[in-house]
Amino acid sequence: MSHQLNVVYFSWVKERIGRDQDIIDCPENAETVAQILEFLQSKDAVYQEVFADLKKLRFALDQDFVGLETLLGSAKELAIFPPVTGG
Amino acid sequence: MISIAVQENDFESGTEINRLSAMGGGAISSFVGQVRGDGKLRALELEHYPAMTEKALRKIAVKASEQWALHGITIIHRVGRLQVGEQIVLVCTCSDHRQAAIEACSYIMDQLKTVAPFWKKEILQDGTENWVEERQSDLDAAQYWKN
Repeated sequence: MSHQLNVVYFSWVKERIGRDQDIIDCPENAETVAQILEFLQSKDAVYQEVFADLKKLRFALDQDFVGLETLLGSAKELAIFPPVTGG
Repeated sequence: MISIAVQENDFESGTEINRLSAMGGGAISSFVGQVRGDGKLRALELEHYPAMTEKALRKIAVKASEQWALHGITIIHRVGRLQVGEQIVLVCTCSDHRQAAIEACSYIMDQLKTVAPFWKKEILQDGTENWVEERQSDLDAAQYWKN
């Protein structure tokens, strides 16, 4: 069963992609955060460029920080953004 | 008691300190961060991840309250466009003793800098805009509490 995922972007990730979110149907073989990034990169060159250097990106699944190898499970929202700079 | 606010409006630190000191204790510590003017900067634009911000700040506050005996914690963080000299953030802690209040306040700020989903964009006098990059010194400061 395909699972819908809301992918949200912030800071320069949002600016370079040109929108603040995508709603995607997760492919059957995408089980981790890294595999979702690969899926997006296979769809459009803009993702290839923005996600080229993974060291510059951070990820949150349903609003909790996660690593690239984290399983998506039944998460509804994946956020992709640069390291935070508040305070 | 933990009080968290993410807002565009300014805050009055004296009011917040008084509110916290009314909870008892005897030791109040506070930190206020402002937009630092270095000559070239006109303003900062603060973006955040609304669905996650309060959750992340609350998690930091709860961890602080588990490590130190606190009567109250207040965290206020502003978002939107802030001019040089404007206040960005307030952290205020209240305890029976000064070490607990000061250390918890410092801990909360160090954690906030590395795990709260805010991003600063600098708007310079000449109109150029840059996203601020993370600083190693902030990562080191957050790491300090893990040792």
